[in-house]
Amino acid sequence: MNKVLEVKNVSKSFKEYASEWARIFSWFGFNFNPKEEHHILKNINFSINSGEAIGIVGQNGAGKSTLLKIITGTLKASEGTIQVNGRISAILELGMGFNPDLTGRQNSYHSMGMMGYTIEQIDAVINDLEAFAEIDEYFDQPVRTYSSGMQLRVAFGVVTAYRPEILIVDEALSVGDAYFQHKSLNRVREFQKQGTTLLLVSHDRGAIQAICDRAILLEKGAVIKDGNPEEVMDFYNALIAEKENSTVKQVVKEDGDIQTISGTGEVQIEDIGLFSEKGKKVDYISVGESIQLKVKIKVNQDIEQMVLGYVIKDRLGQDIFGTNTHHYNKILENLKKDDTFEFIFSFCMNLGIGSYSIAVAVHANDTHLSGNYEWRDKALIFNVINTSKEAFVGSSWIEQKVEVIHV
Amino acid sequence: MKNMFIRLWAYRYFILSSIKTEFTARFIRSKLGGLWIIIHPLAQVLVYALILSQIMTAKLPGVDSTYSYPIYILSGIIGWTLFSEIVNKSLNVFIVNGNLLKKMSFPKLALPLIVMGGAFLNFILFFIIMFIVFGFLGHLPYHALHWLPLLVLLTVSLAMGLGLFLGTLNVFIRDIGQMMEVVLNFWFWLTPIVYMPNILPENYQELLMLNPLTGIVMGYQNVLLYDKAPDFNLLMYPTIIALISLSLAIIIFYKAREEMTDVL
Repeated sequence: MNKVLEVKNVSKSFKEYASEWARIFSWFGFNFNPKEEHHILKNINFSINSGEAIGIVGQNGAGKSTLLKIITGTLKASEGTIQVNGRISAILELGMGFNPDLTGRQNSYHSMGMMGYTIEQIDAVINDLEAFAEIDEYFDQPVRTYSSGMQLRVAFGVVTAYRPEILIVDEALSVGDAYFQHKSLNRVREFQKQGTTLLLVSHDRGAIQAICDRAILLEKGAVIKDGNPEEVMDFYNALIAEKENSTVKQVVKEDGDIQTISGTGEVQIEDIGLFSEKGKKVDYISVGESIQLKVKIKVNQDIEQMVLGYVIKDRLGQDIFGTNTHHYNKILENLKKDDTFEFIFSFCMNLGIGSYSIAVAVHANDTHLSGNYEWRDKALIFNVINTSKEAFVGSSWIEQKVEVIHV
Repeated sequence: MKNMFIRLWAYRYFILSSIKTEFTARFIRSKLGGLWIIIHPLAQVLVYALILSQIMTAKLPGVDSTYSYPIYILSGIIGWTLFSEIVNKSLNVFIVNGNLLKKMSFPKLALPLIVMGGAFLNFILFFIIMFIVFGFLGHLPYHALHWLPLLVLLTVSLAMGLGLFLGTLNVFIRDIGQMMEVVLNFWFWLTPIVYMPNILPENYQELLMLNPLTGIVMGYQNVLLYDKAPDFNLLMYPTIIALISLSLAIIIFYKAREEMTDVL
């Protein structure tokens, strides 16, 4: 595999001078110290091979946009080098550079021209672009009459009219309707097969885990995690929930899987397990079997209120089902130090065959984002097998009655 | 720096199509559409030709036409308009397109070139309409018209040099744009467009020649009013100034181009 992008020791700082003349003189070798220097990116290093799909995640202000701008070349790195092999296409903002009074067709010519294509190159693909956008006669109407979804269709068509070596998608894709999301995703996957590298910036865990095979987490201008998307997203979520004096740690379990535990520690999860009707702890569960999830917690410090929630995730880390005690009016109040509680959730395992994990969180309110006492990803792994039901595919079991009537 | 120009060349199609789209986009939503392209310059020409010919009927020395004064003004105005349009728009071209420059990667130098193309297109329209009006006034200066491209080249070079130089600095020091609007007002009256240089006292006439536009504008007047070749001695000084300002502009732009998006 060949490298298409290599980011080496890249730092970016925005300089503020006492007078702008000092900046201008500094271009000609005069040395003026800037009054202030804002460091946005600090010593970023990573390289990307062709065909990889990378998710870039981070909180607002972590430096994602700045990094992308440096990669696309609109900003210049203060230090370090970026080496790009091939063409970069970027959807950084929906319909950027579209003139509202021009038609979709005219704007396509204009935008592709701005990407450096010649008129012959644009002529060659304009019909495909029109067909791809599927906005029919609107293609020859002024863009101001478009919905944002239609603009996205044209914009996406323009950016992907030719296969780029690197495709950067910044959030924008979530605007389109479900049909177009699938369509654009298919095109992205097709490009990927042909060797295009995808850089996806998103806060959407599902999108990152469904598309990317690697994720990079930026925090305060530095890469703090680079690896498997699920592991990085767990860490990222923990980071969001992190408040003062809270900790995040990742534990590598015997099987090499990584468990992320975070929280402020007022409450501690002691034990978690799935139990069959007979009260036996199980990790292989039959489709449709009734089951109990039991979670034991211990209170380390007096707290006013506590909610416990859990979520079942599939092997890609996508949420399958989740709920918490808030929704069932089982909020605990005025907990004292050293209290212990056991929570029991009873349900039927109506899931498809496969491996699943359960994440558990104890927090003060109905979301884990505030007052996160402890949050444990992959607290439990279990498998669903089909021993009693008819064969089926998919992620959930739906009880069937099948009738065939000869008419 | 060579790469900068190679990349720009690759964007020639974009520059040309942008000039075209910017031109058409101006009128696209009006009912009269393309007619406005003619109405604007026509109105400007008629104001000078009709109104001034009634108020200022004094004949200019060496010209037979009773319309000599309006023709004198129009000859100067056409050169001045080309110059001031390029300078004015170049001053703000990077700021106006700041958002685009931050999001899309393309040669920044394309933007002032699009400005230049647009101004040139306006010049041609203005010229055609002016010539038609000249025809109605019975004045058809065609003996020295082949010198006009040279004058246009000089005007554009000077305007681009100044516009790009100040436009680049204006990104960092925004007062420059404000200041230049004031300066251009004075500059208009410090150029012999509305008045003839010989109405000034002699020592002031020499000062007038320090203005690089004086020689150029007098060239337009020679070609369009007096129907004769420009005075090449008067064009030497503007040529030198144009070359110096263009070189300075390219140097400062080259140094500034990477830091520009930091402050936009």
